Amino acid sequence: MIMVPLTWYLIIGAVLFCVGLYGVLARRNGIAILMGIELMLNGVNVNLVAFWRYLEPEAATGQTFALFVYAVAVAETVVGLALIVALWRTHDTVVPEDTDLLKG
Amino acid sequence: MQISLQQILFIVFGAITLGAALLVVTRRNVFHAAVFLILSFFSVAGLYVLLEAPFLAAVQLFIYVGGIATLIILTIVRTRQTMHPHVPGTNRQWWAAALVAVALCAMLGWVVLDHDWGAAAGPVPKNSIALLGAALVNPEGFVLPLGITSVLLLVALIGAVTIARER
Repeated sequence: MIMVPLTWYLIIGAVLFCVGLYGVLARRNGIAILMGIELMLNGVNVNLVAFWRYLEPEAATGQTFALFVYAVAVAETVVGLALIVALWRTHDTVVPEDTDLLKG
Repeated sequence: MQISLQQILFIVFGAITLGAALLVVTRRNVFHAAVFLILSFFSVAGLYVLLEAPFLAAVQLFIYVGGIATLIILTIVRTRQTMHPHVPGTNRQWWAAALVAVALCAMLGWVVLDHDWGAAAGPVPKNSIALLGAALVNPEGFVLPLGITSVLLLVALIGAVTIARER
C-alpha cells in the first residue's frame, strides 16, 4: 500500500491556515471572522495529527495536543459568539468595525 | 505512476476541505459560509480517518460539526437582518489580507517542501486510543493541563452566559 507523503498533509494544513487567516483579516461580519479562526485551528490540528502519525505514532503527545486545541477552540468560540450577541443587543450590529464607542 | 486508494481518498478529502474553506471566506452570505464550514469540518474528519486517528475524527464530528457549527448557525439566526444587502462582505483591506495570506502560504509551502521529513514511521499501535486516555490522566503526563482545561471550559461557560444574558 502506497502511503500519502507527509508533505501533502502539511500543505493541506498550511493552505487551510492561510485561507482562515484571509477570512480573519478580510471579513467584516464578526461571525465570519470567528469562522476564519476555526479554519485556522483546523489547519493546525491537521498538522499536529499528521506529525503524530508520520513521526511519533508510539507517543500520545500529538493527539493529546490536538485534543487541547479542541478544548481551547470551543472556549474561544463560545465567548466570541457571546460577545457578538452582546454587541448585537447593545449596538444592533455584528460588524466589529462599526463599534467605535472608545474612539476619541 | 501508481496511485493507491488512500491517495485518491486523500485528494478527494483535501480538495473538499480546501474548496469549502475558500467558499467560507469568500461567500458574502454568512449562512452559506456556515454550511460550507460544516462541509470543511466533515472532510477534515475524513483526513483524520486516513491518518488512523479515529478518536480524533469522532471528536471532530462531535465538537466541530455538532457543537461549534450549531452554535454559529444559532448565532447567525439570532442576529439576522443586521447586515444590509448592499454592504460588501469584506473590508477595504481585503487585497492586503489576500497578499499576506498568499505570502504566508508560499513561505510555509517553501519550508515544508524544502525540509527532508525522512521516512514515515511504523504502524500505529493497536491500542493508540488507550494510550491517549492513559496519557491524559497520567500524573507524569497531561493530568495538570487536563484539569486546567476543565477550569477553562467552566470559566468560558460562565463568561458566555454572563456576557450574552438579557439585561
